[in-house]
Amino acid sequence: MTLTQIVQGERSLAVIGGEATDANLRRYLHGIPGVDAVGLEQRAAGLGTRSIKTTSKAWALDRIIGLIDQTTLEGADTPGKVRSLVAKAVTPDPADPTCPSTAAVCVYGDMVPFAVEALGSARGDPEKGGVAVAAVATAFPSGRASLAVKLADTADAVAAGADEIDMVIDRGAFLAGRYGMVYDEIVAVKEACRRTDGTSAHLKVILETGELNTYDNVRRASWLGILAGGDFIKTSTGKVAPAATLPVTLLMLEVVRDWRRMTGERVGVKPAGGIRSSKDAIKYLVTVAETVGEEWLTPSLFRFGASSLTNDVLLQRQKLATGHYSGPDYVTID
Amino acid sequence: MTFLDYAPAPESRSILDLRSDYGLFIDGEWRAGRGTPFASISPATEEHIASIASANEADVDAAVSAARRAYEKTWSRMSGADRGKYLFRIARLVQERARELAVAESLDNGKPIKESRDVDVPLVAAWFFYYAGWADKLDHAGLGAAPSALGVAAQVIPWNFPLLMLAWKIAPALAAGNTVVLKPAETTPLTALLFADIVRQAGLPAGVVNIITGAGETGAALVAHPDVDKVAFTGSTAVGRAIAKTVAGTHKRLTLELGGKAANIVFDDAPIDQAVEGIVNGIFFNQGHVCCAGSRLLVQESIHDEVVDRLKDRLSTLRLGDPLDKNTDIGAINSREQLDRIRELSAVGEAEGAERWTAECAIPDNGFWFAPTIFTNVSTSSRIAREEIFGPVLSVLTFRTPAEAIAKANNTPYGLSAGIWSDKGSRILAVADQLRAGVVWANTFNRFDPASPFGGYKESGYGREGGVHGLAAYLKPGSSALAAPATRSQKAARKGAAK
Amino acid sequence: MTRLAVPKTYKLYIGGKFPRSESGRVYEVASASGSFLANAAQASRKDARDAVAAARAAVGGWSGTTAYNRGQVLYRIAELLEGRRAQFVSEVADAEGVTTAAATAQVDTAIDRWVWYAGWADKYAQVAGNGNPVAGPYFNISVPEPTGVVAVIAPQDSSLLGFVSALAPALVAGNTVVIVASQSMPLPAISLSEVLATSDVPGGVVNILTGSPAEIAPWLASHADVNAIDLVGAGDLDWVALQIDAAETLKRVLAPENGPDAAAPALSRITAFTETKTVWHTKGLL
Repeated sequence: MTLTQIVQGERSLAVIGGEATDANLRRYLHGIPGVDAVGLEQRAAGLGTRSIKTTSKAWALDRIIGLIDQTTLEGADTPGKVRSLVAKAVTPDPADPTCPSTAAVCVYGDMVPFAVEALGSARGDPEKGGVAVAAVATAFPSGRASLAVKLADTADAVAAGADEIDMVIDRGAFLAGRYGMVYDEIVAVKEACRRTDGTSAHLKVILETGELNTYDNVRRASWLGILAGGDFIKTSTGKVAPAATLPVTLLMLEVVRDWRRMTGERVGVKPAGGIRSSKDAIKYLVTVAETVGEEWLTPSLFRFGASSLTNDVLLQRQKLATGHYSGPDYVTID
Repeated sequence: MTFLDYAPAPESRSILDLRSDYGLFIDGEWRAGRGTPFASISPATEEHIASIASANEADVDAAVSAARRAYEKTWSRMSGADRGKYLFRIARLVQERARELAVAESLDNGKPIKESRDVDVPLVAAWFFYYAGWADKLDHAGLGAAPSALGVAAQVIPWNFPLLMLAWKIAPALAAGNTVVLKPAETTPLTALLFADIVRQAGLPAGVVNIITGAGETGAALVAHPDVDKVAFTGSTAVGRAIAKTVAGTHKRLTLELGGKAANIVFDDAPIDQAVEGIVNGIFFNQGHVCCAGSRLLVQESIHDEVVDRLKDRLSTLRLGDPLDKNTDIGAINSREQLDRIRELSAVGEAEGAERWTAECAIPDNGFWFAPTIFTNVSTSSRIAREEIFGPVLSVLTFRTPAEAIAKANNTPYGLSAGIWSDKGSRILAVADQLRAGVVWANTFNRFDPASPFGGYKESGYGREGGVHGLAAYLKPGSSALAAPATRSQKAARKGAAK
Repeated sequence: MTRLAVPKTYKLYIGGKFPRSESGRVYEVASASGSFLANAAQASRKDARDAVAAARAAVGGWSGTTAYNRGQVLYRIAELLEGRRAQFVSEVADAEGVTTAAATAQVDTAIDRWVWYAGWADKYAQVAGNGNPVAGPYFNISVPEPTGVVAVIAPQDSSLLGFVSALAPALVAGNTVVIVASQSMPLPAISLSEVLATSDVPGGVVNILTGSPAEIAPWLASHADVNAIDLVGAGDLDWVALQIDAAETLKRVLAPENGPDAAAPALSRITAFTETKTVWHTKGLL
């Protein structure tokens, strides 16, 4: 265990006020102020009415592409499909070399070697213009497997070269009030993210907010994910409806903001699933900027999990560049 | 550039087709006023918008006479169903011309277009829709069979929600069968004058709605006119008091919707982020030009610092500027006079020892502006904790127990509205029970709806607007209204007494 | 040999007690035929002030009772009045010079009026309140609530029925009352205070002043801690001036009424002294 991990773990225990038992976590998570659904949704709707024009919009569109985890998570995925996805991630618009690449590609664990291979030298830290490989793990999307299997799933993906791991929390345990179990599992997965050289794959903790159902649960799960050491908290697998919504993302950003207020640390947020249009994506950027600040609009702190969003952004980009509307035949399918 | 420097996104003014000058709308036609015309200016730029006629006493008399004739000859004889249809027409026309009305309102009043577009104008349409449906159902208003209209209603409205207040006044009056003479505020006549054109498009019989413009004297003459049967006023408590005295001893029925100094109570178990939004919405909505604004924040002492910190962070994201810009959160103060009052009371707050914090924002060179401001360490006896500032200025006070919160909330001659923020249902209901305020918002603030009665206790006025209560304010009870049947002994008593 | 009667000293009724006027003044009350009946206390502005203070202190308790309980307390007044029917018939007959039959009818009607209003206590809010179907995710309800302290100038030409007709409706919602009795016929009203004092009506809920309405009414109309004023019996006073005084603090005002139907029983007499409070609360499953 690295020094930072020890410090982090101890600090979390100090915040919780004891060991990460169900009772202690319950006391802590249920002591945080509640969420009024109507007020939250109204605030999100208000943020959605912000109007972005011209130069801001060009900046926003490029930034959206740079924050996307270009994703394929299908049972039918093949090495060929993954190679195609990687090409799209690296060069979203072949006709325009100024178009930035996406932040990462996101695939199932067994597809990691193909993604790594296809990226080649393009693979790297998205903060520095590279494209990272993210793998979903821990028996994604349901998470219904033994801890041993989840850890093996994680370690396997990391060993294959995954830079980022998107894990799912045990929603069943969460809803049953077994917060200690959820916490311990995240800690264990985080440990499984460690590489032999001592570095770690970044851990995104998927809450699957559509199954948690209530905003109070989302808020508590967000705290749980952060306390247990997640680098990111992520809304959804994309396999459950509703996936990412603006109010849920706003709520998670508020938790991240409060965590920084308390500890000075920054945690990332990733809405995933259901964000298909540039217009929607811009609402998320506005929400990030007005809730935690613009410094969060960077790949190490904010991502979109999406598959079809990239093409809509490209169409809008072309419209801005040429002044007329583009069409789907002018963007590539991956 | 930073992302938050949203590019200007002004709503186009090209939708407006304004005249250079406006007359009085009396008996279905435009007439010159016999008083000295005045200018309506944009408070955001001080730019001249149009020259507005001023009605003198003779004009007021002409308007009241027109309303009387329309009442006697047309409107009181028309079926409720037809009256309702006219109101439905008006509602639809308001929706069709919504953008134009919103732009005009923001131009003339200074409020952000997102508020005129998303709050004021939609509510105007909703108000006419709601009362349209009442016009042929008056028997069910709880006033007995066949309640009757009062006659001619004199209506004087303020500048903070010009068109919305017009709707609050005109819709129930016409539904109940009255005719009206309405005077908009001197600084914000524009949308009322555009409304006159909607009246024309709706084909409303001449004289049913008359709109006269002018200053306070015009309003005073209207209220004092002997042929008026109903007076409805929204505005300051001082003017309301004067009107109540004018109307004393007459047959005129009176509805007054006056000032407020609402407490917004935040308990330590409140949904904190929504409470912060509610505090912001409570006092900074419409630049705080809201009679029911949550101008006194009562926050439980244990969370005072946290709430104030979060509030300051949130206020730092508010955008002050061009009311016609879609991204503007805080528009212009409506007039220089009002700006002076806000400045004066804020200076008093500082002088009294309260701690002043103002959000950093660039103030435009022209126009009337006041940046969102919070006062902490405010004592209950401070003027900024007692007097209505009617601007974007929040006074923060603390309490320790629910009983103390209630006592402090009620410790004011006003009683218009209040807010409660807590996650505990039983406490919310108990506190709501004990607050002496006509509207209590729990875990929300500044919500309005035509079905929901609005109005105050104590010096915040009397009567209610909205809902069936608002309708009853324009009706005389029907003959069989809810009186107890005379008993045999009662009849005998009358006989005995008459001996 | 006839027994020499023991006459009663008629005093004020303030805060559940029977004080004399702080001014020490009394005035002679005569029967309709002109014979001496008693000396009644002539209340001063300070008595009015004390009465308002007592009424204010009683608002919390009275308005805080359940509507069911308030109804029973008002009904209890009818019960006690019924038990002292003969006394009131005699007092009304003496005061007004009417026949025993007419006085009986008046007392019976007064008793029935308490019963009628008592029944409203737990119903008026259902009739005057609403659930409002607002366009949004909100629970929204309007309920009438007592306005607070109500001053009443009782009808001057009716010794008991007018007094009861003005007093009872103001109490239904939970207001407390300062009421000025008929100047010339105050004795039945004072006797009613004895009924109130021995019933379950808490002290201070009803405060009865006797004396000159012309002297007392302006102090009540201008008193900042009075929320409403019923001028039903103020027709012979300069009631416009009273209304103007009342406007200074935006009091709710009921205008004078004349004739035998003054203060006729009506729901509107209850709701006139209520405030409609509308409460919004968010509704959300999530």
